[in-house]
Amino acid sequence: MPESKKPKVAVWKFASCDGCQLSLLDCEDELLAIADAIEIAYFPEASSTVIKGPYDISLVEGSITTPHDAEHIHHVRRASKVLITIGACATAGGIQALRNFRDVRQMVAQVYASPAYIETLSKSTAIADHVFVDFELRGCPINKAQLVEIVSAYLHGRKPNIPRYSVCVECKRRGTPCVMVAEGALCLGPVTQAGCGALCPAYQRGCYGCFGPTETPNPRALSEHWKALGTSSDEIVRLYRTFNAFADAFRKESEAHEG
Amino acid sequence: MRAKNGKVSTRAVIDRQDFQQLFDHLSAQGYQLVGPRLRDNAIVYDELSAVTDLPIGYVDEQEKGSYRLTKTAQPTLFGYGLGPQSWKKYLFPPVVRLWQAQRHNGGFDVIPEDHEPRLLALIGVRPCELKAIAIQDRVFMGGAYADPIYQAQREQLFIVAVNCGKAGATCFCTSMDAGPRAASGYDLALTEILEANRHIFLVDAGSEKGEAVLRTIPQRPATDLDIAAGERIIAQTAEQMGRVLDTNRIKEMLYANYEHARWDQVAARCLMCGNCTQVCPTCFCTTVEDVTDLSAATAERRRVWDTCFSLDFSYIVGGSVRASPKARYRQWMMHKLATWIDQFGSSGCVGCGRCITWCPVGIDITEEARAIRSDSEDKRFTPATGGRKHEHA
Repeated sequence: MPESKKPKVAVWKFASCDGCQLSLLDCEDELLAIADAIEIAYFPEASSTVIKGPYDISLVEGSITTPHDAEHIHHVRRASKVLITIGACATAGGIQALRNFRDVRQMVAQVYASPAYIETLSKSTAIADHVFVDFELRGCPINKAQLVEIVSAYLHGRKPNIPRYSVCVECKRRGTPCVMVAEGALCLGPVTQAGCGALCPAYQRGCYGCFGPTETPNPRALSEHWKALGTSSDEIVRLYRTFNAFADAFRKESEAHEG
Repeated sequence: MRAKNGKVSTRAVIDRQDFQQLFDHLSAQGYQLVGPRLRDNAIVYDELSAVTDLPIGYVDEQEKGSYRLTKTAQPTLFGYGLGPQSWKKYLFPPVVRLWQAQRHNGGFDVIPEDHEPRLLALIGVRPCELKAIAIQDRVFMGGAYADPIYQAQREQLFIVAVNCGKAGATCFCTSMDAGPRAASGYDLALTEILEANRHIFLVDAGSEKGEAVLRTIPQRPATDLDIAAGERIIAQTAEQMGRVLDTNRIKEMLYANYEHARWDQVAARCLMCGNCTQVCPTCFCTTVEDVTDLSAATAERRRVWDTCFSLDFSYIVGGSVRASPKARYRQWMMHKLATWIDQFGSSGCVGCGRCITWCPVGIDITEEARAIRSDSEDKRFTPATGGRKHEHA
């Protein structure tokens, strides 16, 4: 197959920790197959080579937090046939969206010696709030097997196997007893999308909600149950406000418990 | 040891100290023993090699949405009730590769999967679970098309049932005619009897295979006293049932209440997480996933446990048929208690109570059914007595 026939893939970064794009480099077993199947045309984290667009697939990491980024994402969209967002920052605003619940100007004034040099938006938002996104791959960080799955699916024009049901289904499949029922742990699993393989409950920790809300979550019912178990409103707010704090269902639920 | 007709007595007694020999004998016959083991604060099913692998002395406390284990000083081998897992994980594994395909000169070769069944001895199968296996037998092997993976494994089992010596607060097997005594479908059925001066197992052989095994291990014929002690335990357990489900014309009752307000109420409490379907010993729904590698040189098809609580489960052209949470909860409960009867000739529920205990927010199928019945618009289904034996907050 001639070099130019390989699908061109670009990896873009916005406000993020780089962990999700590193998942691509972390695909040790599949890395050669990836390099064989696609042409990495733009991936500053991995290579200084830049091949001009348009790109067949763009993987976009990070949230939009600055006026510059809000502009730049439109260029990325125009240069991409398929745009896939990867990770909680790109799909929900990330941990940095915690600032969305505060006055960002006040924080900038407190943190920086010369606040005037800081150009930032009042909110950290998901890529899909700015441009059309073909697929949102959840997770903080994303699961590398799901990354390979989504790229394979798009390359070969098939349906990706990325379930949108709860983490509980993964717990049960791997045989992990429910940490909420058996130990009274506060677990976001029942309202969180599968994808991590139910990692935390396998180590007897409640789910932190890294993969964001399920397709039709019911966090209200979960909070009611936690309250009945004696959980305070403050704690409920904290549970929903982590990596996917600004995902709609989690945001609304945390706001409902704010004093 | 031998009864007058020369056959081994089908009601025998094994002493606790000889119990390991049952394990040893089954192992020697090539069986992998699987049964209850303690893991992560719950009792799960896993491989066993010795009697001491069993959760000796453990008892459980179950309520809706809650499960707690306590270690007691009692030397009981089977003093606990059901854990979150059921035997379907062996007969109907969560993920199964069905076949692979390899690209080859412009076409592709299909590589069939070799599903080699294992000789499995299931230790400690409760009566309700025997009934659940019988129900899945009907689902997977009952019609014109048998599931070959299920069938092959099903034929390689040795089943050691254990009659229940204690009912949990979420148990209602008596309502479903599924316990607490093993009726059929076992090779050996045990009743554990622990008294001040003895620890024995009353054993019933339910098959020739079971009789043959019983013959090879130290045992004596059961006396009337032994049998009476076993009966007492089972009768006591039946008295302890924590829940009741009124099954009188339940199919008609539910069919008459498709639009009952209770469906909205339960949907408001339901997390849509699907736990009830995963812990249910009869739920059998799967999805099929096709996966390719990056180069599309190989592909494979997998069968994976699914849940009717997901949107994808009922997705057809135009969207999900059961888009609302209400429709999905109703589908699950209706199928389990009503449409299953039309489909397979029996209820899909065995009263094991797992869906009640392992629902993270404690939704109780017996409570939902009762609420619908007691407030049924169609007064033919209103219970005469309230239909509830024990009250639960």
